[in-house]
Amino acid sequence: MVARPSMRIAMFLVVTVVALVLLFSYRTSRSPGALPAAAQGGGNQVGVVSGPDPVGTPATAGNGGSAGSGGSSGGGSSGGSGASSQSANTVVNGNVVPTRWGPVQVQVVITGGRITDVKALVYPQTNGLDLQINGYALPILHDSVIAAQGANIDAVTGATVTSNGYIASLQSALDMAHFP
Amino acid sequence: MGMPVSIHVRGDSPGLLREWAVEEALAALVEVDRVFSTYRADSEISRLRSGAIGVQSCSPAVAEVLELCAEANRLTGGYFSAWLPGPDGALALDPSGLVKGWAVERAARALTEGIDDDYYIGAGGDIALAVRGDTEHRPPWRVAVEDPLHPSRHLGVLELWAGGVATSGTAHRGSHIVDPITAEPATALASVTVVGPSLLWADVLATAACARGGDALSWLDWPAGYHALAVTAAGRVLRTDGMAELLAD
Repeated sequence: MVARPSMRIAMFLVVTVVALVLLFSYRTSRSPGALPAAAQGGGNQVGVVSGPDPVGTPATAGNGGSAGSGGSSGGGSSGGSGASSQSANTVVNGNVVPTRWGPVQVQVVITGGRITDVKALVYPQTNGLDLQINGYALPILHDSVIAAQGANIDAVTGATVTSNGYIASLQSALDMAHFP
Repeated sequence: MGMPVSIHVRGDSPGLLREWAVEEALAALVEVDRVFSTYRADSEISRLRSGAIGVQSCSPAVAEVLELCAEANRLTGGYFSAWLPGPDGALALDPSGLVKGWAVERAARALTEGIDDDYYIGAGGDIALAVRGDTEHRPPWRVAVEDPLHPSRHLGVLELWAGGVATSGTAHRGSHIVDPITAEPATALASVTVVGPSLLWADVLATAACARGGDALSWLDWPAGYHALAVTAAGRVLRTDGMAELLAD
C-alpha cells in the first residue's frame, strides 16, 4: 500500500492553519481587504475551478481588512471527500492577495494528493523591475513549492515580501481544495 | 507595510476556543493597522505626521510605540530610526519598522491568553512563536533561514520553542532599507536574520544591522539572548557565536 503522501508543506504550514489574514492596508486603499477578483490586473475566479469538486468555494466576500479564515480543522465537511480521488486533477485558484507591489493570485494543481503545479495568474508587472523580479521569482516559487512537500520545516524567515503574497494566495487555494 | 499575516496553531484546544483566540489575535492586528497604517490618510499616525493632531490626542498605543522607537534608536546607535527620508528627502515619521513586530507580539499575547496551544505567527518573513506547556516533550517549531541570494535554498534551520525571528534585507525587491545616518540605501548586506526572546527587538536589530552594513555583527552590542546571521551582498555568511550554535542543518 502506498503511504499517504506527506502533506507537510514547508513554507505554509504543517499542523493546523487556523487563519490567514491580509492586513495592514495597501496602497490601493480603495479596496481594502479581499479584492474583487476582477479588480486590478484581472484576477480570476477564486476557488476550485476544475476537478472532482467543481462546485467551487466562492470567493470569500470582502469584509474590510481580513480576507477570510481558512480553517482546515476537521477537513472537509462539504465536498472535501471528492478531492481525495487519486487520479483526477484539482485546479484551484487562490485569493487575490494585495502586496505592497500589487495583487498576486496563484493557481495550484493537485493530482493524487500532491501538488503538481503552481503558477501565478496575477502578479506585479507594472514596470521593468517587477518583470525582472517575477521572471526570477516565479520559477523559484514553483520549484520550491514542489520540492518543499515533505520537508520538515514549519516556517521560513526571509525578506521576501512578494513571496509572502504568493504564499498567502497559495495557502488560500490549498484551503479551498481541502488540502490538509 | 502591506503584508499577509498567517497564524498557525497546533495543540488540542477545542475548536471554538481556538477560533475565538485567533479572532482576538486578528482583531489586535486590525486595530494596530487602524491606528498605525501610514497608507491610510485617516489613521492616527498619518494625522500625527501631517500635524493635524498631537501625540496627546492619539491612542496611548502611539505614545508607547514612539517611546519604543526612541529606545530602539538609542540601542542601535541611530541605525534604527522612525524618521525616514520621504520621496522629497524630508524626514517623516514612519514607525512601521517597529510597529510590525509590536503588532505581532500583541497578536501573540491574545493567542496566549486564549489558548494553551503552540503557535507561530508569520508576518512578512518575520515570526513570533511559542511552544507551550511541557516543552521537554513537545517539538520545537522548525524555522528555516532563507538564503537571500538563492531563495529556494536554506542556510539552516532554527529549532525554537519561544521568541521571535526576523529577517531584514534587500532580497527580491532591491534595497528597501535606508541607512538613517547617510540617507543612502543600505546595500552591503543582502540580509540579516536575528533570533531572540522578542520579535520586536529581533526585528529592530535586524533592520539596524542591515542599515549598518558590513561590520554590523561585531559592531552591535547584541543584547543577551539575541543572535544574528548576516549574508553579505557577495554571499558570505556571517554568524554570531550564539547563532552558530543554534543553527542546525
